[in-house]
Amino acid sequence: MKITRFLPLVFVLLAGSIIVLAMRAESTAVISPLQGQSIPEFSLASLENEQLTMTETSLTGEVQLLNVWASWCGVCKSEHPLLMDLAQQDKVRVIGLNYRDDRLAALKELQQSGNPYQAVIFDPKGSLAIDLGVYGTPESYLIDQHGVIRHRYVGALTRQIWEREFAPILKQLSVSGSLRESSDG
Amino acid sequence: MIPEVGHYALILGFAFALLGGTVPVVGLIKKDSYLTRYAWPLSYGAFLFIAIAIALLAYSFATDDFSVAYIAHHSNTQLPLFFKIAAVWGGHEGSFLFWLFSLSGWAAAVAYCYRKRDEQFIARVLVTLAILTAVFSLFLLMVSNPFLRMLPAPLEGRDLNPMLQDVGLIFHPPMLYLGYVGFAVSFAFAIAALTTKSTTIPWARWSRPWTGASWVLLTGGIALGSWWAYYELGWGGWWFWDPVENASLMPWLTGTALMHSLIITEHRKALTSWTLLLAIFTFSLSLLGTFIVRSGVLTSVHAFAVDPTRGVSLLAILGVLLIVSLVLFALNADRFTRPVKFGFLSKEATFLAGNSLLAVATLTILLGTFYPMVFQALDLGNISVGAPYFNTLFVPLSFLFFIFMGFGVLIRWHRVSTDDLITRALAPMSVSIVLGVAFSVWFERGINLIVCLSFITAIWISLTAIQAFYFRRTASRDRKLGLASLRSLAMVIAHCGVAVTIIGAALVSHYSVETSNKMGPGDALNLSGYQFSYRETELIIGPNYTAEQANIEVSKDGKFEAMILPQRRHYTVRTMNMSEPGIKWYWKGDIYITLAEKLNRTDYAVRIQYKPYVRWLWIGSIMMMLGGALAVFARFKLKATQLSEKEALVPATIVMWK
Repeated sequence: MKITRFLPLVFVLLAGSIIVLAMRAESTAVISPLQGQSIPEFSLASLENEQLTMTETSLTGEVQLLNVWASWCGVCKSEHPLLMDLAQQDKVRVIGLNYRDDRLAALKELQQSGNPYQAVIFDPKGSLAIDLGVYGTPESYLIDQHGVIRHRYVGALTRQIWEREFAPILKQLSVSGSLRESSDG
Repeated sequence: MIPEVGHYALILGFAFALLGGTVPVVGLIKKDSYLTRYAWPLSYGAFLFIAIAIALLAYSFATDDFSVAYIAHHSNTQLPLFFKIAAVWGGHEGSFLFWLFSLSGWAAAVAYCYRKRDEQFIARVLVTLAILTAVFSLFLLMVSNPFLRMLPAPLEGRDLNPMLQDVGLIFHPPMLYLGYVGFAVSFAFAIAALTTKSTTIPWARWSRPWTGASWVLLTGGIALGSWWAYYELGWGGWWFWDPVENASLMPWLTGTALMHSLIITEHRKALTSWTLLLAIFTFSLSLLGTFIVRSGVLTSVHAFAVDPTRGVSLLAILGVLLIVSLVLFALNADRFTRPVKFGFLSKEATFLAGNSLLAVATLTILLGTFYPMVFQALDLGNISVGAPYFNTLFVPLSFLFFIFMGFGVLIRWHRVSTDDLITRALAPMSVSIVLGVAFSVWFERGINLIVCLSFITAIWISLTAIQAFYFRRTASRDRKLGLASLRSLAMVIAHCGVAVTIIGAALVSHYSVETSNKMGPGDALNLSGYQFSYRETELIIGPNYTAEQANIEVSKDGKFEAMILPQRRHYTVRTMNMSEPGIKWYWKGDIYITLAEKLNRTDYAVRIQYKPYVRWLWIGSIMMMLGGALAVFARFKLKATQLSEKEALVPATIVMWK
């Protein structure tokens, strides 16, 4: 009897216990290493207009939601109606980060299901996504007037998550923003 | 009344399977042949009663018995009869009943076909299958019973999901399931081999036709699924790297490896551990496939049967199955290790390399499919690892594999010299490189690396397969087109099928063109040399839906080509809208039109696509299936003719390769 014969069993047991542990663990740790930091520097074309270059300064001036998406991403489709709502009813400025995608496929997706984005950054190589530390699609970042990341959420947003995690920060930001405006005036 | 009879039949089926999994075991332990032989009638009995159960469920569907909850949820009086029958496997409970039906069916088939083989060994195979049948019947009865009543009965059913109301659906899931479950037979043979002391039993040879048949059905199931996605989902795509597609691809890859590994184990008694492990993992991956589809843990276009608790019980069953079989493997696989020597340049080594590549590809897909699930389980949200990941890893692996495919058929058993290999491979290799580059230049007026590589590997695979067939024919000149040649021919057809699929996949991925336009009656546009004129919009009333249909005339150089009729359907019961594409197909490509949303009173968003060589994907799959089926057929013929000279096969085959 050779010990190596047990290798498949050991391998499967390891994989199995990882999955079981993963399903058990109620980790609610919010992973947001970039929280409180500025958006990394970048220079990428816009999805709709190849000539238009977008940089980190395009993401300042207003509070906005940066949403990482792709046309090949099934989960993004489930999140899409909420983004439409946020853009139309809640008047949130939503910016898209199109991740490792095909330009035509992405444009077609927006044409077919509606475009919630004020602007879309086209990132076919995932260069900005790497700097942001994107795990996968979809992901959303709340960015304040100065281009500082205030909150990050990995996975599909729902109305519940929005109200719980994003709305309070947004409210706080808009209050401080209007205070500053009034003091400026 | 009828559903209760069905329910009762299912319980009886469970009882038969339970006895089938225990009584022969007692017989085997006590060396009591009388008890051991019970494995046969008990296998037949379990199949008979499970068949009765599924037939009665189908009958209740046909007669609109909405007091059965499952039927009320998946049928409707307006549904055409054959969709009612297909609705039997349209939801979780019913599809699981079908799964069980095929499992007991395979068991009964093994019992019947191998009724005269080594009793001790086949009894072990049947016991393994009976235990599986018993476990899954119990699962069905406890947590997903399709016969449960819903009282008071609703007057009308909720209708079948419109996405599933299609001819493709009538055949896709059953074929897929028959394939998935067929690997249970390969698994059972592996378990029987691991629990038998004797090492002289040619279990690899006995397992081959069953593995081949399952592979053929699984290939058909996957091809039908991709065909269904192509023309029913209305996106014009044929493979989405969707978790459910991945779930069927994984057992297909390991099943392919198993099929080839069995050849080596049968002829050379080598790679036995590989074969055993592949059999175990192929069936486990089939189970995992069922788990993915049935649990809804992964977001997918296929999520029409969602219930996580059932998924967890399936996962538990899978865990026990894997642990038991791998412990058996760890303890007993040594019996088969015989010092078989083969050189670095030999058929054995090439097959080993090919199998390793298939295993790596499977692991890649497994990782990509479950990474999002683990991510979600850790409560980090729902995310997607999509096409980019799979394409970057899978495409290069495939090309590497295709190269080995060619060498695998050309190279001899045992050991060859480098010179000999070069002599054999030189002609096909140079021809495929020259032709491949020529074709890709002709298509592109430039070189696209992927297309060029696809042409080269496709031609390489076909030429080497044909050359190997020719060698075998000349080597066995004294015989007529014997069974060995028939099997070699099966290999040629299957390998050429792979080549055809490669060309289809490469060309449709790289040269598809499309345009989306606002069109209404009177509008026209051009695409790829075709003129499209929107004639009129028609309103259509179907059996359980209403539809707007665009009549679009296609012409080429002023000559009428076809009338393409895409529809937007509204299913009233489920208030769902579906887009039904209009397709005109040619050998060289499809014109594919979808009618998207209505933009104003007369105009629609119309999406016109040209998909070059898309049919080749499925033509190739059909060729693979034909090849596989021919190989299985040749096996059964072989048994009939060579039953008396059992061992004559082994030396004969080796001679042919020299």
